[in-house]
Amino acid sequence: MLSPVPARRLSDITEAVGATPLVRLRQIEKDCPGVELWLKLEYQNPGGSVKDRPALQMMRDAIADGRLTTDKVLIDSTSGNTGVAYSLFGAALGVRVQLVMPSNVSQARKDITRAYGTDLVFSDPMEGSDGAIRLVREMVAGAPERYFYPDQYGNPSNPKAHYLGTGREILEQVGERITHFVAGLGTTGTMMGTTRRLKEHIRPIHCVAVEPADAMHGLEGLKHLASSLVPAIYDPAVPDETLPVTTEDGWDMADRVAREEGLLIGHSAGANVFGALTVARRLERGGCVVTIACDRGDRYFAPMRWEKNHVW
Amino acid sequence: MTIKVRVPTPLRTFTAGLDEVEAEGATVRDVLAHVEARYPGIQARLLDEKGVRRFVNIFLNEEEDIRFLDGLDTAVRSGDALQIVPAIAGGR
Repeated sequence: MLSPVPARRLSDITEAVGATPLVRLRQIEKDCPGVELWLKLEYQNPGGSVKDRPALQMMRDAIADGRLTTDKVLIDSTSGNTGVAYSLFGAALGVRVQLVMPSNVSQARKDITRAYGTDLVFSDPMEGSDGAIRLVREMVAGAPERYFYPDQYGNPSNPKAHYLGTGREILEQVGERITHFVAGLGTTGTMMGTTRRLKEHIRPIHCVAVEPADAMHGLEGLKHLASSLVPAIYDPAVPDETLPVTTEDGWDMADRVAREEGLLIGHSAGANVFGALTVARRLERGGCVVTIACDRGDRYFAPMRWEKNHVW
Repeated sequence: MTIKVRVPTPLRTFTAGLDEVEAEGATVRDVLAHVEARYPGIQARLLDEKGVRRFVNIFLNEEEDIRFLDGLDTAVRSGDALQIVPAIAGGR
């Protein structure tokens, strides 16, 4: 079968980052007649998630100005996808990587990052991602010369990756049609960078931030900002609106997108599509809503310790 | 029957910042009801009409998820401890 796009030839794996496909959700769209729904497949990045973009940008920018050398260890807190990206590019660029994550992240994440040669340090699962952030800060404060700490929550290269990549690509892919953009808040890099680029567009684009409806939630990768350490890169003035989504709605939509569209997306992506559909249902004909598939659902398949005999 | 209940960060807004509270009860259900009586609002974050919410895990003595025991009817004894752990960590 002929592919509609030319096959790429790459000089190294970092060139595989970005230029992700945008796919129309024709089945989900039936719930919002006359409005287009589009999903950007960030899991097509080589590390399998949207996090390849900020991780590579942070590493490249730091290598360019000397903050990151092969004598240093890259260390950061992450419950998974950013860690996979650091590990992948660390291996490709010859940089040692150490990751701090709460011990309750999925086994698959631990195994994937270790496969690239990364060292893992575990923080208290009761303290969540904020506990991992605090532990990294302690470790770096104890030996600042040893580490390069990208700090994805505070590093301007994170939103920059989306400004230069994600936002520009969306405008190239849907052009004049886009009316709305929807993305979840985690580090907030996707929302900040993409929205800033979209806001430069000639026509106003309404940008909606999805966040977990409650502090206690199961939407891995997303943050309930009111109860979290607020990322330094987050500017509340950037999104036009914040839309709360429950864990159950996000999980159920992820299942539905897999069954109806053939796209096996992760829970945060499910929350994004749920948010996009919520926005689309308010619109008149002619709306065009774009959202992000942060990663794939199979990243969540490996059973965690407490799931060993249990199927939800 | 005094049971210790360890509270994760996102729920400490209900417990005035406490990371551990004590409650009475012979089953996990009773213990959570007692916690709710003292810290109103917390139970709705843990349970829905079908039982423990899908993304919430409650462990007995850091060993076994109560899903693999008798669920909310799991018996507890004085000195036992329950840990409430979200299925994920949040942030990425």
